Amino acid sequence: MVKHPMSVELEQAIITRRGTQLLGPIDLSLSGTGFTIVLGPNGAGKTSLLKVLHGVTRLSSGRVRWSVPDKEAREAQAYVFQKPIMLRRSVRQNLAFPLQLLNFPKAEIAERVTHWSGRIGLEDALNRPATRLSGGEQQKLALARALIREPQVLFLDEPCANLDGRSTLEIEKLLLAASTAGTRIIMTTHDLGQARRLASDVVFLLNGKVREQATAQDFFSAQQTEEAQAFLNGDIIE
Amino acid sequence: MNEIWAGIQAAFRLIVTLDPDLVQITLRSLQVSLSALVIASAIALPLGTWLAIRRFRFRRLTIATLNALMGLPPVVVGLIVYLLLSRSGPFGVLGLLFTPTAMIIAQVIIITPLIASITHQAMRELWAEYHDLLISLNTTKRQRIWTLIRDGRRTLLTAALAGFGRAIGEVGAIMIVGGNIDNATRVLTTAIALETGKGDFTLALGLGFVLIALALLVNFAIHALSRTEREGRW
Repeated sequence: MVKHPMSVELEQAIITRRGTQLLGPIDLSLSGTGFTIVLGPNGAGKTSLLKVLHGVTRLSSGRVRWSVPDKEAREAQAYVFQKPIMLRRSVRQNLAFPLQLLNFPKAEIAERVTHWSGRIGLEDALNRPATRLSGGEQQKLALARALIREPQVLFLDEPCANLDGRSTLEIEKLLLAASTAGTRIIMTTHDLGQARRLASDVVFLLNGKVREQATAQDFFSAQQTEEAQAFLNGDIIE
Repeated sequence: MNEIWAGIQAAFRLIVTLDPDLVQITLRSLQVSLSALVIASAIALPLGTWLAIRRFRFRRLTIATLNALMGLPPVVVGLIVYLLLSRSGPFGVLGLLFTPTAMIIAQVIIITPLIASITHQAMRELWAEYHDLLISLNTTKRQRIWTLIRDGRRTLLTAALAGFGRAIGEVGAIMIVGGNIDNATRVLTTAIALETGKGDFTLALGLGFVLIALALLVNFAIHALSRTEREGRW
């Protein structure tokens, strides 16, 4: 599939809930290619930022502007949640679900399901209930379910939280392969090692605001703010 | 105690000999209650699911009303349906009073709120579980409702069975709108009421045991058909 890069800009984006400002004001520009890692302590607004970009959380003010029309942008995106949401169906049906929503032909659905179940090592578990898989298997299935639509932009909210090293490595391989194939990835993580391994660029958030945005190389070698330095040193920042 | 034992014996005898009256009454009971169940489910399952996912101004009031309607007195429902279908009523021209159709209408009114309310409770939990995923996948309202109904089918089956249980055991409303006419609108519950009134407790108990057995049988059959109890089946 030929992918046309989809860039996005946030302009004075603010989320306010019950009088508390959760995010913003944020001005942010993300190019249509690359692997962006969003870093920051708990409560910094990482998940909110992802959801705003994906369009599932509404802004209180400001705007999100994709380089293509909104409808087209939404259809070209996929999202993987921190805690994988499994449909109460088999592995096969979970994989097929996004394609069925888009009315793909049955033969193509079967072909893609076979391909992706093999990619995540669940080809022998296609008829098993997805909810009975292990945490790592569920997260791989959630990732495959997102990638099976061949999205142009993939959002991931701490996809490896609570996973062991082996599962993390398997997921990282899938993500790097997707990135190499042209999928734009925007991901949050607490794992600095993972951020170093995967990121092409980094957005550092604190208290709902972007404190730094730089290439991964620049961010990890020469931070521009004291907060980012403290964060990378493992200090507690507020 | 003797009467109960005699009732069990009577039920056994009626079943073994395939008593024609019993067969006819039983089949009519099933016809009326299953028809009412299908119609009520077709209304209540999407309605309960829709209420779980849709936010609108009078949602709380609607849900509270639905819950309150679960306790609708069947006799009152029967009376209202009677007035609507009677010759001087707005639907009198249809000539439905004292027919199985009238009984089905009354039962639909009685069990729809029950099924819808249980459905709403169950779907609310499933919606909380699926919400982020279905929103993220850009699903339409119709796709969301269908996904919830499909994946929540076990709970919905329970809701439908609760509705069936209420329908098959209902007597007040169908007595009023059906008239308990022999060979026309007599069903198990109205037959039991009639035999009790006549003082034939043995036959009444016999019919009662058949009714209980029927309710259990339908429950088991639906569970077996839907394979809900089979380990690992999805």
